[in-house]
Amino acid sequence: MNHLPLIIKREYLTKVKNKSFIIMTILSPIIMIVLIAVVAYLSQLNNNKTRTISILDESELVTDIFQNGEHTKYNILNNVSLADAKTIVEEAETYGLLYIPKQDSIDALVKHIKFYSKETPSLSVISSLESKLENRLRDVKLQEQGIDLDKLTASRTNVNIAQESFIGEKTSKLDSYFKLGFGLAAGYLLFMFIIIYGNMIMRSIIEEKTSRIIEIIISSVKPIQLMLGKIIGTSLAGITQFVIWLIIGSILMTVVSAVLGIDLMQQTPQNEMLQQAMENPEAAVEIQNAMAAFYNLPIGNLIIAFILFFIGGYLLYSSLYAAIGAAVDNETDTQQFMLPIIMPLVLAVYIGIFTVIEDPHGTVSTIFSFIPFTSPVVMLMRIPFGVPIWQQVLSFLLLVGTFMLTVWFAAKIYRVGILMYGKKPSYKELIKWIKY
Amino acid sequence: MKNLLEAHEVSKNFGDFKALNNVSISVPKGSIFGLLGPNGAGKTTLIRVINQITMPDSGHVILDGEPLQSHHVQNIGYLPEERGLYKSMKVGEQALYLAQLKGLSKAEAKKRLKYWFERLEIGDWWNKKIQELSKGMAQKIQFVVTVLHEPKLLIFDEPFSGFDPINANLIKDEILRLKENGATVIFSTHRMESVEELCDHIALIHKSNKILDGKLTDIKRQYKTNTFEVGIKAADKIALAETISQKFDASLTNFRSLNDELKLNIKLSENETSNDLLSYLTSKGEVSHFVEVIPSANDIFIQAVKNN
Repeated sequence: MNHLPLIIKREYLTKVKNKSFIIMTILSPIIMIVLIAVVAYLSQLNNNKTRTISILDESELVTDIFQNGEHTKYNILNNVSLADAKTIVEEAETYGLLYIPKQDSIDALVKHIKFYSKETPSLSVISSLESKLENRLRDVKLQEQGIDLDKLTASRTNVNIAQESFIGEKTSKLDSYFKLGFGLAAGYLLFMFIIIYGNMIMRSIIEEKTSRIIEIIISSVKPIQLMLGKIIGTSLAGITQFVIWLIIGSILMTVVSAVLGIDLMQQTPQNEMLQQAMENPEAAVEIQNAMAAFYNLPIGNLIIAFILFFIGGYLLYSSLYAAIGAAVDNETDTQQFMLPIIMPLVLAVYIGIFTVIEDPHGTVSTIFSFIPFTSPVVMLMRIPFGVPIWQQVLSFLLLVGTFMLTVWFAAKIYRVGILMYGKKPSYKELIKWIKY
Repeated sequence: MKNLLEAHEVSKNFGDFKALNNVSISVPKGSIFGLLGPNGAGKTTLIRVINQITMPDSGHVILDGEPLQSHHVQNIGYLPEERGLYKSMKVGEQALYLAQLKGLSKAEAKKRLKYWFERLEIGDWWNKKIQELSKGMAQKIQFVVTVLHEPKLLIFDEPFSGFDPINANLIKDEILRLKENGATVIFSTHRMESVEELCDHIALIHKSNKILDGKLTDIKRQYKTNTFEVGIKAADKIALAETISQKFDASLTNFRSLNDELKLNIKLSENETSNDLLSYLTSKGEVSHFVEVIPSANDIFIQAVKNN
């Protein structure tokens, strides 16, 4: 008799109707958005202040490079001594004073440029000032050596190496960022999903044990059906929660930014100065490139691989969580068994972040994209960079094989464990249970 | 088919621990079968084997003429000793779910639940959560869920624990009624007075072995010691006791009575009959009490366990 649908339905409904689940589902995105809004609002308040930087340029080489921006104003001081200038700036309580002395050579000059301020100035302000000065002084030096700056500018060439794989797929540097972004997002999502909902499965099994209903149920249902029903039901509840989070999150995001007039992605003065520092006339081209890069991703492959590896990886781990839940009596006893589960997951994420990015087809990445406990995360991170289909298929088959093995193993532990009350088993006992 | 359930030579080991050692039982159709034994004897393991929760290492079980198969769970109702319900689920929903797991359709389950809830006067609990009910109330619901699908075989493990005397009596009457309606009951308990009251057959399991089984009356016959409890009115009780002791194996005893009499337990040897004793006693005085001592289930239990 197949009771699986009935069990899935009950597991799903009890999870979804649970008060704390509902509250979490609704409250989490609200809290997140409120936090983001508060932070954005506060930093906006902070950044609306216009910074005024006074310039005392005795060398008279750089005065004209300081153009007022939206959030940064420059106040050029003339014919005052350094001591007077310091007093003026201090009394005016402006941001600070940049002092450029007169020296014989530029090399001597750079050693004596100073910034005076009441408090330590922000790093971005200093680096933007530095880059402004560097550019100007380089030009001055070039002119001293008799080089025509216009000709130099004209001779500048922008090289953007077009990348193409042997089978003709065009790629670019930007592509790599997209691939990286997708890989990281997919890997991290899986990681979070396993931890959150794996724990939920474990708790619901422990609950069945502590409420002593388990024996009543398994006198009508096979333990493996109950276990699978729990895993699938909880996962569906998890997906529901995720989708609701996405929907509420995006609605709130729009509403909050519209109502409060806060652009959550707004430009800060820091960004503004940095952009000025690295003038980029090809912004429009970059956006086009970005679109192209996005369409260059192997989207069909990505989606299919994402679904398969996500399900496979999730089921693999959740069956282990189920086994742990069955083996223990209460949540505090789960600690010793959690470590071996969390370890490969964390390892997978680290390999993903540090190795796959560096060398997506290197030995380490390749090996770990085949080991079933790390393959879902690592393979998902590798696939955007183009993994041969046979590797994907082999890795997935290994994953499915291991999944069946862990389900068998978990079911054994589950079958024995759910009827064991009041003792905390050791690993040795767990191995023995498999033989029962 | 005389027996509804037969277990043949069932053995089960947990690692080095032998939980059941070649245990065979036969449960006649329509009987109440007491499965007795000290704590840890293996009763629960045997019950779990019958429920297909635990697979035996060797031996097999036959239910109604067929080897036990997974679809048979519909024919068995099991009330385990370690029992509970989902705490945060509503009574009605929960009962419906458990009934559906036993193969009832939702509509049928609802109809029968209504009947039972009214019968046990718990109709207004339908929308309550288990955590709002007392332990005894939850036990009533567990009982209903166990019998709802009208199984041929009912297995009750300590069914009366947690009930007050009134409700225990109510449940006892329900069990007897189910038996009259054709169900066969396996009844596992430590409470010997309910064994006396309910069981027709018993099996005694001790240290993983079955040490005794059969009809309760047959077992009592087997365990009786041919001892009679007698009371004789006499002027000089001590002298009379002396006299009787010379002819029979007699010892002083006590029982409730309105008379002031000599109270004795007299054990007859194999070639003496009760009539011999009675006629001897009537010659000594007025016999006010004469009854054969029948061993109680409790005595049999203790004696059988001790002898093994």
